[in-house]
Amino acid sequence: MSKLKFLIPLAIFLGLAAFLMRGLSLDPREVPSPLIGKPAPAFDLTRLDDAQQRISQKDLLGKVWMLNVWASWCAACRDEHPYLMEFAARKIVPIYGLNYKDTRPAGQQTLSRFGDPYVASLFDADGRVGIDWGVYGVPETFIIDRQGVIRMKHIGPVTPEVLRDKIEPMVRQLNG
Amino acid sequence: MARWILPVLLALAMGWAQAKEAAPAAEDPVLEARMLRITAELRCLVCQNQTIADSHAELAVDLRNQVKEMLKRGDTDQAIIDYMTARYGDFVLYRPPLKGTTWILWFGPGLLLVGGLAALWLVLHRRSRLSPDQFEPDPDDEAANEPSSGKAPT
Repeated sequence: MSKLKFLIPLAIFLGLAAFLMRGLSLDPREVPSPLIGKPAPAFDLTRLDDAQQRISQKDLLGKVWMLNVWASWCAACRDEHPYLMEFAARKIVPIYGLNYKDTRPAGQQTLSRFGDPYVASLFDADGRVGIDWGVYGVPETFIIDRQGVIRMKHIGPVTPEVLRDKIEPMVRQLNG
Repeated sequence: MARWILPVLLALAMGWAQAKEAAPAAEDPVLEARMLRITAELRCLVCQNQTIADSHAELAVDLRNQVKEMLKRGDTDQAIIDYMTARYGDFVLYRPPLKGTTWILWFGPGLLLVGGLAALWLVLHRRSRLSPDQFEPDPDDEAANEPSSGKAPT
């Protein structure tokens, strides 16, 4: 046993290296959301394109849906926009937008210029609903199940990989 | 580090004092102080190394207003902390609660310190019981024992 003592520093080094390796693959910006597995926070907002029409979380009960938080001032939202357009065209899940801290003209202009992947966009001018949903870095994407429970959250722009490997399997599983 | 803290705090306090002077008389300084005390315990998620009290991120401004509103409504400090953790998780707390997933965070450094001291004590204790001829003689001792081998001063 004492012959192997010289291996102790090596073991300590390997342990440390394992921790540091793990640290490299963690993104400190991705804070685990406490909302996963909880009922979606209540909201009752007007549509971005129609200030008279309101949508609340109760209207969306009974189906699996996706909430994508976006804004016209958000550069990363432009990056994910074409992927959302593609994903919406495949009609796997209805995508609702949450237009976060934006103005109606700017938000509408963005959609008419780049295309509108959303069934509807909810207009959250003061960011209150965003706070309730724990939004801290636009864009963010949530998957909500039939019972209105948040099942998944993705922080930052969605990529084809995220859509294929995380979101699509989750939606299929929930639609089961 | 510590040398910086006091001037920075003073500077901040100064800025705050001035801001308060400029604010309308209707603003409640007691409420403001309470709001700052609570938000100084909360991490801003946009710029994660700043508190909500001193971050300029838009979200931090919104959350400060939110806290102010809740205080006006008469909510307790605990209700506000709960409101924040329900949305952003324990990560927003600069002093995370003690529980299963955080015990290594709280006690890890202490355990490492105790472990290190124990290892040091063990090594020193074992060494003190070795006979002197197990060690290489110090160069000073060598010189003292064999003066003839030293170089003669010129």
